[in-house]
Amino acid sequence: MDDKYKNEFGVFAERPKVEKKIYDGKYIFLGLIIFFAVVTSPLWQNLGKAIPAPVPKLDTPAIQKLAEKDRKCVQPLAFMRANHMQLLDTWRTEVVRGGNRDFVGPGGVKYTASLQNTCLDCHSNKAQFCDQCHNYVAVTPTCWGCHLDMTQKLAEAK
Amino acid sequence: MTDFFKLHFFVPLAAVLGLVVVAYVGVQANLQLLFGVVVPYMAALIFIEGMVYRLIQWTRSPVPFRIPTTAAQNKSLPWIEKNLGEKLDNPETTKHVVGRMALEVLAFRSLFRNTRTELRQDPDHPEGARLIHWSYKWLWLGAIAFHYAFLVVILRHLRFFTEPVPGFVYLLDSVDGFLQFFVPVVYLSGLVLLVAAGYLLLRRILRPELRYISLAADYFPLFLILSIAITGILMRYFYKVDIVAVKDLALGLATFKPKVVAGIGVIFYIHLFLVCVLFAYFPFSKLMHAPGVFLSPTRNLACNSRWVRHVNPWNYPVKFHSYAEYEDKFREAMIEADIPVEKES
Repeated sequence: MDDKYKNEFGVFAERPKVEKKIYDGKYIFLGLIIFFAVVTSPLWQNLGKAIPAPVPKLDTPAIQKLAEKDRKCVQPLAFMRANHMQLLDTWRTEVVRGGNRDFVGPGGVKYTASLQNTCLDCHSNKAQFCDQCHNYVAVTPTCWGCHLDMTQKLAEAK
Repeated sequence: MTDFFKLHFFVPLAAVLGLVVVAYVGVQANLQLLFGVVVPYMAALIFIEGMVYRLIQWTRSPVPFRIPTTAAQNKSLPWIEKNLGEKLDNPETTKHVVGRMALEVLAFRSLFRNTRTELRQDPDHPEGARLIHWSYKWLWLGAIAFHYAFLVVILRHLRFFTEPVPGFVYLLDSVDGFLQFFVPVVYLSGLVLLVAAGYLLLRRILRPELRYISLAADYFPLFLILSIAITGILMRYFYKVDIVAVKDLALGLATFKPKVVAGIGVIFYIHLFLVCVLFAYFPFSKLMHAPGVFLSPTRNLACNSRWVRHVNPWNYPVKFHSYAEYEDKFREAMIEADIPVEKES
């Protein structure tokens, strides 16, 4: 009795037998294929390749001249890796708006707050030190709109 | 008795906060391999399998008839002309169905036609109320802002999965950050996403009739997406992580050479874990409206019932009694009563 439709007048029809099959399969599978092709398309070019992360080079002449124990940045490495843009922004505000070029690092060491004269003094290799990682993570910092990579300019002048 | 709203609101909220705690505790316990490699791959697998499973389930349901829910003139006498809008609203050909679907998928046309029915004070009879229907666009605006902001956010994340990064990601990056304030530059899409998702959540909480029909399955994805947006924004602007290490991890996943990368802050793993949960949850939730919109029978079929016969596959055989059979049965009585017959004998 259960597979018959009923109303108040009694049984009137068999329960419909819907065929178990794929309807409009070509559209569904075409859609699925297009979807997964689009979603995975950015991954194809590097599939199975091992892409090494860039390693900033620290072997500039200025750093090599320093004694081993003096080879320290203005802040610890882990902080600089994640937050250097924040530090530079704070420096910019302090210098441009406050006229204050004094920066005291950890351990009371005093530095001049300056991208060109402090940072790039040691890290004179902008291409290997700055650009390499910035390109890797596709960021275009606005530093170089005003600041110059002095080493290159001096070399050109000579 | 448990309050309906409290149950359906606070349980998903607790679930999302619980997920945050799980990721936090897991990473504090040095389970970076689990949260950075195993969970993302499992989520991707569940997403793909679940999507295929649900679509095959859907495609086993026949759609025998056209459902012309329409706001325009159907094909009629040749001198009744239809302009383009009417052709798109009541499509006769596949070309116009594609147009209607494009409007639906890209511009959320059905939501744009959303109306609201309200009792408002009648200016002519201040003591009485008047029932008015008005075009309510805020839901459409919130929805379209949310979806496009989310799309931009997802496309921007391609910078972590590709090397070299395709040019349009740079373009998107500069357009999205064109206001150039704060360091790093604030992306407008992140703010739009947060505000729009916040609106979609608030309308469910503040409007009594919506609160009445909102279930845990409505709140959970909203909480999940909001928490993903919030952790992402916190990570980008406030609790920064080593982004080169993040890309190293992401590229490892994308190239199927997974590796655990040291030195990434815990907020990254919380963000990633919430994204993984969203992907794994997707095929089993209301979020399946994404593929579902393409399969809406009221939208993706031409309204051609007037000139094409659509046969129901489960029609049972109907016992017909034709006029010829009727006449055969009553011929003698009909002739006797002088009723005209088609065949005399």
